[in-house]
Amino acid sequence: MTGMVTSRKGISLSRTWNDKETRSVIIQIVAICLILGFFAYIIRNAYINLEAIGKGFSYNFLWQPSSYDINQHFIEYTSRSSHFRAMMVGILNTLLVAVCGIALATLLGFILGVLRLSRNWLTNKLAYVYIEYVRNVPVLLHILLVYGVIVHSLPVPKQAISLNEGAFLTNRGFFMPAPVFETLFWIVPMLILAGIGFMMWFRKHARRVQDETGHHYPVFWIGLGVMAGIPIVAYFILGAPITWDIPELKGFNFKGGMVIRPEFIALWLALSCYTAAFIGEIVRAGIVAVDYGQTEAASALGLKRNRVLNLVVIPQALRIIVPPLTSQYLNLTKNSSLAIAIGYMDILATIGGISLNQTGREMECMIIVLLLYLALSLMISAVMNWYNNRIKLVER
Amino acid sequence: MNESHNNTPEADSAQDFAVTIRNMHKWYGQFHVLKNINLNVVRGEKIVICGPSGSGKSTMIRCINRLEEHQQGDIIVDGTELSNDLRNIEVVRREVGMVFQHFNLFPHLTVLENCTLAPIWVRKAPRAEAEETAMQYLERVKIPDQAHKFPGQLSGGQQQRVAIARSLCMRPRIMLFDEPTSALDPEMIKEVLEVMVELAQEGRTMLCVTHEMGFAKTVADRVIFMDEGEIIEENSPEQFFASPKHERTKLFLSQILEH
Amino acid sequence: MQQETYKPGEHPDLPPPSNTIGPMAWIRENLLSSPTNIVMTALSAWFLYEIIPPTLEWVFLDAAFTGENRDECRAKAAGACWAFISERFNLFTYGFYPHESRWRVDLSFLLLLIALVAVLWDRAPFRKQGLYFACAYPFIAGWLLLGGYGLEPVETDKFGGFMLTLVVGVTGIAFSLPIGILLALGRQSDLLAIRLFSVGFIEFIRGVPLITLLFVASTMLNYFLPRGTTFDLLLRVLIMVTLFSSAYMAEVIRGGLQAIPKGQYEAADAMGLKYWTSMRLIVLPQVLKISIPGIVNTFIGLYKDTTLVIIIGLLDPLGIGRSSLADTKWTGLSNEVYLFVAIFFFISCFGMARYSLYLERKLETEHKR
Repeated sequence: MTGMVTSRKGISLSRTWNDKETRSVIIQIVAICLILGFFAYIIRNAYINLEAIGKGFSYNFLWQPSSYDINQHFIEYTSRSSHFRAMMVGILNTLLVAVCGIALATLLGFILGVLRLSRNWLTNKLAYVYIEYVRNVPVLLHILLVYGVIVHSLPVPKQAISLNEGAFLTNRGFFMPAPVFETLFWIVPMLILAGIGFMMWFRKHARRVQDETGHHYPVFWIGLGVMAGIPIVAYFILGAPITWDIPELKGFNFKGGMVIRPEFIALWLALSCYTAAFIGEIVRAGIVAVDYGQTEAASALGLKRNRVLNLVVIPQALRIIVPPLTSQYLNLTKNSSLAIAIGYMDILATIGGISLNQTGREMECMIIVLLLYLALSLMISAVMNWYNNRIKLVER
Repeated sequence: MNESHNNTPEADSAQDFAVTIRNMHKWYGQFHVLKNINLNVVRGEKIVICGPSGSGKSTMIRCINRLEEHQQGDIIVDGTELSNDLRNIEVVRREVGMVFQHFNLFPHLTVLENCTLAPIWVRKAPRAEAEETAMQYLERVKIPDQAHKFPGQLSGGQQQRVAIARSLCMRPRIMLFDEPTSALDPEMIKEVLEVMVELAQEGRTMLCVTHEMGFAKTVADRVIFMDEGEIIEENSPEQFFASPKHERTKLFLSQILEH
Repeated sequence: MQQETYKPGEHPDLPPPSNTIGPMAWIRENLLSSPTNIVMTALSAWFLYEIIPPTLEWVFLDAAFTGENRDECRAKAAGACWAFISERFNLFTYGFYPHESRWRVDLSFLLLLIALVAVLWDRAPFRKQGLYFACAYPFIAGWLLLGGYGLEPVETDKFGGFMLTLVVGVTGIAFSLPIGILLALGRQSDLLAIRLFSVGFIEFIRGVPLITLLFVASTMLNYFLPRGTTFDLLLRVLIMVTLFSSAYMAEVIRGGLQAIPKGQYEAADAMGLKYWTSMRLIVLPQVLKISIPGIVNTFIGLYKDTTLVIIIGLLDPLGIGRSSLADTKWTGLSNEVYLFVAIFFFISCFGMARYSLYLERKLETEHKR
């Protein structure tokens, strides 16, 4: 039809407009012009505005001393370090809380999901109330609430709650003994590594034995014994080659040992508990979505309850669970930027917060922040997509 | 005892029956679904159970492998009494195969894996042996060439035949069929029924809920008619179809044989 | 066991055996059916025992409801000090909105209720007029709250409290839906340029946290405007919140678009309808209907996210609460403030969530029919 119309002589304007392909080209050109024009306009505005206040656009400030302190840093950092280094500290702090948060939220979420499916009425309803309360209150409020409880309800270091020998709960953080390794200690991590290696081999071996003879090894328990049991025994045989650097009260605060800051604890717990409520619902819905006939068919074949779950229900439920789980992981990571409300120094609080205020480089800093979060989101999506494709392939 | 039970084959004790159901009652909440069910199934016997929908026939055979719980009376399957004892339930389920209306194949496993899953994990059979058995039964149901496909790639009739093969792989002594053909298109019903007729000729105990009266006439040793949770009438197929005794049986037969 | 004999077909319905019905059977079935179950029940009961009495005591029994300041509260009771909340209640509701004009806020709350009834209840009287009213509502409310055209103008920096939450929430909800629909259609479009733009926009917005966008609004948005123009902070926030939720809305609508059977598009094409006509008359009504639960869930997310405005200095209830804590009279009452605000959000969000669930169930049954 297109060919016929365009091949006619005397292409009038209205005919051009009524031709499907020409019209789509015109619309696209107009759209591109509008979009480009819009960007050109705002960039020009920005240029004029920056010029007028004499700022320009430059990233040189990144190498100047930041002159602010960050109390939690995994790489060498002082107030004389550069803004760039401050940003790296921020990135690491964001990653730390995101990774810990995802781990805890997944664990709690799966527990909640299973409790929601529990035949026990009381447990089931408790999980329901928890999920509904947590989901329907803003995450920022959770963060502030947990932080408030830690800071206001926990005692000052002088009256610290002593949990165990050398572990203290205070409103300045959770203090605990730091391990100091003696020379022979290296044997223990070596044994753990060897245990993991053995397990990887043993799982395959058990599989092979089962295929050949039908004999089932209790792989899980043997694995636990080898990976955890042997190193623990070895640890004591070696005479417990760890000494502990126990935190001591000096003046108004503890010295020595390890400390987890209240900001981290609050952010970590609040984000995990919040996201766990969503994950719990996702897990419940995923398992419920597997047709009950599957469970019936598997039990009618004589499979035990846990095998029905492991071999039939969970592989199918995972397929449903993983995509929404991914978006929860993304949400948790993005929500970690609320750290700024309680002063946990993450990406936004360092480069997008104090650095921005000190240097006045709003544009430069915000561009970095946006790009960093985009990169983080893309990374998580990529990993989860890879996993999703893998479990999909297994089950087609 | 109901007077209609005079056709029950004679046997010395429950030990000689494949399935014995005595004075069994079942309720869903307040609703009385199964009322005083009494049934003895001799080893090797083929029984067809029919009745209008909602008459409790599916519920009854699902009680036999404890997919449903009964509240009163006894069910003894192959000498094992069904109670809350989980081990007994496992023993019974190992010996009783079941075929469902909606096939319930495992969509994430291939046809072959569907068939070997239970032998490997329940009977603890070596994989090679389990696969050999599975192929044997897949051949029996005439679809060995589909072994490496996924259930979603098969037609309904093929899926139901896989489901039959999957049950057979456990070498059950008793087979339960829960309306195996009612979710199928007419042209597929035939292929499934053919397989079932062949199975029946091998001498395995079979309890079959179905409306396929042709199947009942060819293979059944006994036909049981249920309505409103009760066994109304049981008889040999010849007697059952030729001279039904109860009014409701007549009504049912007239409805089902009309077309 | 009594064993009556009945003729075949005449067995009466009997009541279930007494040990399988009634509260005792229910307890046995649901709480004590197995050793694990018993342990779970015990643990849950212990947990409840640990949590509920102290909470009740703190919130009600041992709480002070009147008092001039924190010390007076503490002298009266060891629990919560609700006097603080009641003293600041107006602040929590209206922010710093001028006293003499607060009737305008009340009126817009009332009109909002009317608009909500029309939108949410499909058998409301005068529904059609109600829906038109709901579409006009954001503008009417904007006029009422901002003033002008005969009303005393009120600066937006006076906005605060629950009123601010509703302003941000309603604006975001009202404007993100149409933008979201356009973006979703753009993402499905055959035109490459439009599709790329939509995908880029949606994925960019969904890849960054809302708070960074609010930072952009508060720190650098003014640079992008012609020199000399300044933009109200609240307006900038509203724009960002709207853009943010429209990206999420677009994804929900896209899900709906993909769920519509292809035959519907083909039928519309076959009838010779133009793109926009077929979208407006055939596709979108169906898409919106099946996407409503997702849309409501996006709204809930948006509504909860309105709290983030406190980070850039606007005073929603949480912000009012936090700034009130700085008052030496009431310092240290953060638990009371947070609990109060949490209850406010819980009630509204839980309500919305239940509504969405109800719609989902309704859709399901309609589908089956």
